[in-house]
Amino acid sequence: MATKDDSQNSDGHEERDDSKRDFLLYSTVAVGAVGAVAATWPFISSMNPSKDVLALAKTELDLSSLEEGQSITAIWRGKPVFIRKRTAKEIASVKMTKLADLKDPQSDNDRVQKPEWLVLVGICTHLGCIPSGQKGGDVKGDFNGWFCPCHGSHYDISGRIRKGPAPKNLEIPPYKFTGEANIVIG
Amino acid sequence: MIRLIYKRAMLAVCLFVLFSLINTSITQAAGNSAPPDKQSWTTNGLFGHFDRQQLKRGWQVYNEVCSSCHSVRLIYYRNLAEIGFSSDEIKEIIADVEVPAGPNEEGETHDDGEPIMRPAKPFDKIVLPYPNDLASRAANGGALPPDLSLMTKARINGANYVHALLTGYKDAPSNFKLSEDMHYNPYFSGSQIAMAAPLSDDGVEYNDGTKATVEQMSKDVTAFLIWTAEPELEERKRLGLKVMLFLLVFSAMLYAVKRQVWAKLH
Amino acid sequence: MSKPTWKNPIVKWVDHRLPVFTFIDHSLVTYPTPRNLNYFWNFGSLAGIVLVIMIASGIVLAMNYTANTSMAFDSVERIMRDVNYGWLIRYIHMNGASMFFIVVYIHIFRGMYYGSYKEPRELLWIIGIFIFLAMMATAFLGYVLPWGQMSFWGATVITNLFSVIPFFGETIVQWLWSGFSVDNPTLNKFFSLHYLLPFIIFGLVFLHLWALHTHKSNNPLGIDIKGDKDEIPFHPYYTAKDAFGVGIFLLFFLGFVFFAPNFFGEPDNYIEANPLVTPPHIVPEWYFLPYYAILRAVPDNFIDVWGFLPVIIPAKTAGVIAMFSSILLLILLPWLDTSKVRSANFRPTYFWLFWLFVIDTIVLGFVGAKPAEGTWLLVGRLATLYYFVHLVILMPLVGRFEKTKPLPESISAAVVGKDAKESS
Repeated sequence: MATKDDSQNSDGHEERDDSKRDFLLYSTVAVGAVGAVAATWPFISSMNPSKDVLALAKTELDLSSLEEGQSITAIWRGKPVFIRKRTAKEIASVKMTKLADLKDPQSDNDRVQKPEWLVLVGICTHLGCIPSGQKGGDVKGDFNGWFCPCHGSHYDISGRIRKGPAPKNLEIPPYKFTGEANIVIG
Repeated sequence: MIRLIYKRAMLAVCLFVLFSLINTSITQAAGNSAPPDKQSWTTNGLFGHFDRQQLKRGWQVYNEVCSSCHSVRLIYYRNLAEIGFSSDEIKEIIADVEVPAGPNEEGETHDDGEPIMRPAKPFDKIVLPYPNDLASRAANGGALPPDLSLMTKARINGANYVHALLTGYKDAPSNFKLSEDMHYNPYFSGSQIAMAAPLSDDGVEYNDGTKATVEQMSKDVTAFLIWTAEPELEERKRLGLKVMLFLLVFSAMLYAVKRQVWAKLH
Repeated sequence: MSKPTWKNPIVKWVDHRLPVFTFIDHSLVTYPTPRNLNYFWNFGSLAGIVLVIMIASGIVLAMNYTANTSMAFDSVERIMRDVNYGWLIRYIHMNGASMFFIVVYIHIFRGMYYGSYKEPRELLWIIGIFIFLAMMATAFLGYVLPWGQMSFWGATVITNLFSVIPFFGETIVQWLWSGFSVDNPTLNKFFSLHYLLPFIIFGLVFLHLWALHTHKSNNPLGIDIKGDKDEIPFHPYYTAKDAFGVGIFLLFFLGFVFFAPNFFGEPDNYIEANPLVTPPHIVPEWYFLPYYAILRAVPDNFIDVWGFLPVIIPAKTAGVIAMFSSILLLILLPWLDTSKVRSANFRPTYFWLFWLFVIDTIVLGFVGAKPAEGTWLLVGRLATLYYFVHLVILMPLVGRFEKTKPLPESISAAVVGKDAKESS
C-alpha cells in the first residue's frame, strides 16, 4: 500500500504504524460490541416480570378458620394452591408409607413445616390439569388424597404420586408461617 | 464561494438562534398567567437527584393537606419505599386505610349497599379521595381537583409553576373582577382559581422537625410531585451520564478510525 | 463487476445457493461511491438506523400497551413506572420519532440543495416523498395511542379535515372514526395501522435503495462519475464515516432521551383524553407545524380562478388542499427545477433562494405553534405564499435564467485541485 508515510518513515516505523492501525480498529470494534450488547439489555430486561407483577408475587393467608379435615384453594401467582388442615389419622397414615413404594421418593417430613398443614401447588405434574379432591364430595383417588381426572394420576394425603402417569409429587411452593395459622406463600 | 469557516460559523449562529427561540417559548408560562419564578430543584441538571428527606416531608404535606381533594392515582403504597420509607413505616402509613375488597365466598362485594372493605396492602394504589369525577365535582362546588401524579409534567415549566401557584395567593387588585367563590392567583390561567390557598404556616408538623413555613411546605410537596411524575429520574440521569461518557469515548475512537481509513486516499 | 470468490467453505456453500454474501459484497463493500461525499450524505444511513430503532422499541412497547380508551393512558404509565427499563424504551420511541424527522428533513434539504432529485434520480426522489408521507401517517397514528389530550384532540382535528371532500366527506370521516367521533374503535384501529405502516416504510426504503443503487449517489459537485478515479469502494471509507456519524447522532439522540426527554413534547399530553374539555391551544408535534401553518393560512372564502371561471372555495377546503399540495408539489420538483446544473454550489442565485426556502419553512414552523390570529396569521400567510411561489414560480424561472458557475472537469480533478490548494 503506497502511502505518503513510506517515504517519511523507515521500515521499522511502518510496521508499528500497521499494528497501531489494527489496534485502533480492533479496540473500536470491541468497544462497539460491548456497547451493542449493553444496549440490548434494557429490551430483554423489559420482558422480565414487571414491578407490579412482582408486588403480587406473594400471597398472604389467614388459615385460622380452617377445621381439621378441611381444604381450601388459594391463588398464588395465578396458580391454584391446595391448603389442607390434616387430621391426626391422615398424618399417621402418610408417615407409615415405605419410601420404596413411591415413584418420587420423599418423606412427608420433607414436605411440610407443621405436620397438620399441607401446602401444595394444585397442578398435576403430568400435563398440568387441576386434580380433584378439595371438596367433600370430590373423587379423591385410591390413596384418599387427590385424583387427576385427565389421565388418572392418584396422589396421597401428602400430595405424593402413587399411581398413574405423573412423574413427580405435587410441588411444594415456598412459604413461611408469620403466625400460628398465618402463612405467606412466595 | 463562501469560505468553509464562514459557512460553519453561520450554521452555528443559526442553530443557536433557533435553539434559544425554542427554549424561550418553552420556559414561558401558558396563556394568560404570570410566568413563574425559576426555583432550584435538587432534580435539575445533569446530576439531578432526589432529596429523600424532602420527599418524605412532601409526602406528609400531600397526605395531610392535599389528599382530601387530590388523588395521585398512579402511585402505589409500595412506591413509598423508593422515597425512603421502610416496609414497617409503610405498614404504619396504611394501618388505618381500607380499600374495597374483592368478592367474598358468596360472591358479594357489598353488604347492605355499602362496599365490603379490607385493610390496604402495599400493592394497593393510594386511595382516591372520591370514587369518581362527578363525586369530586359535587364535593368541590363544581370544580374538579385534578389528579396530581403527573402535574409537574402536565404543565409548562411544571415544578416552578406548581410552587409559584401554591405560594402565589394574594389579594386581588382593586380593578380585578373576582367571581364568586374564586380566589385570586396570578399564576393560574385567568388569574382566578377555585382552590383556596391550601397551605398556611405550621399547617403541618414535620416529623423531622423542619419549620413548616408555606414556602418550605410548597417546596417539599412540589419536590414530592416531581417524584410522582418522574420516579425514574435518578436512574435516568445516572445511566445517562454513563451512556454519554461511553458515547463520547466511542465516537472519538470512531473518528480516529475514520481518519485513519481516509488517510489512505491522499 | 467481478464476482468475488469466497474462501470459507460454509460461505461458499450458502452463497452458491442464495447469494447473500455476494449481494452484501456488491452493495455494501465494493459498491462504488463518489469520493467527495460530505457529512450531509450520512443522513440516509442515519434515517435507516432510526427506522430500525423505532421498530425495535415499538415492538417492545406493544408488548405492554393496551389499545382501549379506558386503559391506554394507564398502560403507558405502567410502562413508565413498572416495566423494567420501560421508561427508557418509551422515551427512546418518543424522541426517536422527533429524531427521525430531524434526520429526514436534513436528508431532504440535502437533496434540494445538491439537485439529487434531478435526472436520472427522479424516481428515487419520488419514492422518498412517499416514504415521507408514510412517516407522517405513522407518526400521526402513533401520537394518538397514549390517549392524552393532544392525542385525542389532534386526532379529532385532523380526521375532521377529510370532511372537505365533496359529497362523500362526512361518510369518509365516519369511516375513519369507525363511529361518530374519535373513540375506542378509532383508537384500536389506529394501533393496528401504526404497527403496520413501518413495515410498509421498510418496503419503500428497499425500493428507495434499489433506485439509489441503479445510478449510484449524487455528490456535492453535482457532476456525473466520469471514471474510476472519481469513485472509492463503500467499505471501508463510507462504512467508517457512517459509523462515526452514528456515534455523533447517538450522542445527540440519547442526550435528549436521558436529560430532556420531554423537550419535543406537549405537556397537555400528560393529561388523559377528555372529549368534553378542549385544550386552549391544540398543537401538533413540532414536525407537523409548518403544514399546520399552511392549513390555517388560507383566508375565508378563498377565491380561486380556474380557467376563466371564479370559484369560491371555503377556507377549510382550500387549507386542506394547500397543505397536501405543499408536499405533493415536491413530487414535481425534478420538473419544476429547470436548471441543467445540479449542485447549488455552482448556482449563485439558487443558493440564496434555497436558504430563503429553508428559513421560510422554519418560520412556518414557528407560526404553526401560535394561535391563528393577528401578526402571526399575517406572517403565516406571507410564508405560505412564499413557499408556493418558490416552488412554482421561482424554481422554473431561476433555472432558466440563472448564470451558473463553470463546473469542474471531474470529481477527481476537483479533489486533486483541493488537495493541491490545501497542501500549498
